[in-house]
Amino acid sequence: MKIVTRIGFWLLVIAIGLFALFPLYYAIISSFRSGAALFTIAYLPERFDPTNYIAVFERQPFGQNILNSIIVAGSVVAISLALGMTAAYAFGRIPFRGRGLLLMTILAVSMFPQVAVLSGMFELIRSLGLYNTLPGLILANLMLTLPFTIWVLTTFMRELPKEIEEAAFVDGATPWIVVRRVFLPLMAPAAVTTGLLAFIVSWNEFLFALTFTLTNERRTVPPAIALMTGSTAYELPWGTIMAASVIVTLPIIALVLVFQRKIVAGLTAGAVKG
Amino acid sequence: MTSAVAQGNVSVPQQARGRRSSLTRSRIRSAWAFIAPSLIILALIAGWPLARTIWFSFTDANLNNLSDYEFIGFENYLANYDGEWLGLLTDPDWWHSVWNTVWFTLVSVSIETVLGIIVALILNAAFPGRGLMRAIILIPWAIPTIVSAKMWNWMLHDQFGVINDLLLRLGLIAAPMTWTANADTALWAAVMVDVWKHTSFMALLILAALQMLPQDIYEAAKVDGVSPIRVFFRITLPLIKPALLVAVIFRSLDALRVFDLIYVLTSNARDTASMSIYARQQLVDFQEVGLGSAASTLIFLIIAIIVVITLAAGRVRLGEDPR
Repeated sequence: MKIVTRIGFWLLVIAIGLFALFPLYYAIISSFRSGAALFTIAYLPERFDPTNYIAVFERQPFGQNILNSIIVAGSVVAISLALGMTAAYAFGRIPFRGRGLLLMTILAVSMFPQVAVLSGMFELIRSLGLYNTLPGLILANLMLTLPFTIWVLTTFMRELPKEIEEAAFVDGATPWIVVRRVFLPLMAPAAVTTGLLAFIVSWNEFLFALTFTLTNERRTVPPAIALMTGSTAYELPWGTIMAASVIVTLPIIALVLVFQRKIVAGLTAGAVKG
Repeated sequence: MTSAVAQGNVSVPQQARGRRSSLTRSRIRSAWAFIAPSLIILALIAGWPLARTIWFSFTDANLNNLSDYEFIGFENYLANYDGEWLGLLTDPDWWHSVWNTVWFTLVSVSIETVLGIIVALILNAAFPGRGLMRAIILIPWAIPTIVSAKMWNWMLHDQFGVINDLLLRLGLIAAPMTWTANADTALWAAVMVDVWKHTSFMALLILAALQMLPQDIYEAAKVDGVSPIRVFFRITLPLIKPALLVAVIFRSLDALRVFDLIYVLTSNARDTASMSIYARQQLVDFQEVGLGSAASTLIFLIIAIIVVITLAAGRVRLGEDPR
């Protein structure tokens, strides 16, 4: 009986692992097959043909797309953390009237459906002259990252012991110095967690990137991959698409594997405590 | 500040209190200074666009020229011309997209909840390779939705897809299926990809709750010889219910605004459109900013109502100040 449950348990573990990994595995082996080979089904890697990886950079400005994604996601993370950290200090450490209501409003913004602001955002971005530019995307993506950055950092900030800042205040430090000298170092791990989540959100964002850019050179990676077309309209270049998918997925997976614990801590802090 | 100065000759405890309140006041002032930049940015990029979207929904604005429009009241929602009802609320495509979205949300979140509990229970057991397993299930979550949709699109390809091949080999289907082109199976395909991508999120939230449970109850149950299934339904499930509820609500809100996945998986097809896809189609593809904004506003209202109910339910917990 015990043996049977053990075997059943491991079969379940293997099934879950296979289900989670197979699509990525299959994308990787497909990306190394080109021409007619792509249209025969293979379950095991049998060749390493880099044609698709060369084609993805030759046929479209994919290098530029990756750079755009890095610029947008990097800026979004930097701005969200800078604004989020100061706001989280106020929300987490200073009792003032209206704090609960404000926090709830910010939480509500993080639940906005993106499409609800689409036409207003389109008008805003166009009137600021930011249509089809990276700053336009950065501005739009802040709507997605800033609210949860504030929220998650606030929950982390509340967990720090009260004595820390009291000692600093007794020594005559101003709030700004307390934030910079006392909380910033203590909050570094939380900042890494939140920054990673914000990076992933921005890296994966599609609706704004699709709507607020026009030319291929200004696109970030998600719309670039979604809009890849082949030599004819009826034939999608699956090999190139898989190569592009693998290229943009591997760095994210590396991040997830390295910072696994931090990401889980951020996800649960944002949701369970929220 | 002035009160602290005026209290020069009062007793010591009062003086101390006066100083503390001036410190508190200066801290409160700094609190607003710290929050102001975030609030201004959020008002600019969330509040203002939302207000404009709602306003546009009462106009006949067109994407070509957003500054030239007229107020037309509720005509985008419902209008009567010569006895014929027009507007969003009479558009079968809109109601079809509402139905698609609700169906997608109910089915995918239900499956994710059940699978999420199973995965969380597994990850809660001590076994070699548990850390690796937790990393593995995070991988689908981290892959960009667009990329997952493309990966599955390729696996679900009607002629060269590995899923048709697998099912044919196993004898589960007699002929290759057109998974994503056929409206009946396309939404199921979307559910499958969503389950693949988001079960780990659900599992991790449930796991966090499981790890906070007191161990002595389980030991007592073991001593009493209660069967594991009974233990799960009588002890574990009631105890993780609050966390489970939060996870389900979060996932549902996310699923209700689904856009990327269905857009890419079914190539923006009309039959399988979600509410968000419908709204963007009106807005961008047909340039009908008024009608698209009306759809956006309705989506916002639907989600806002759910959020308000959720927040009201969780208010007791949020409202209390930790210090």
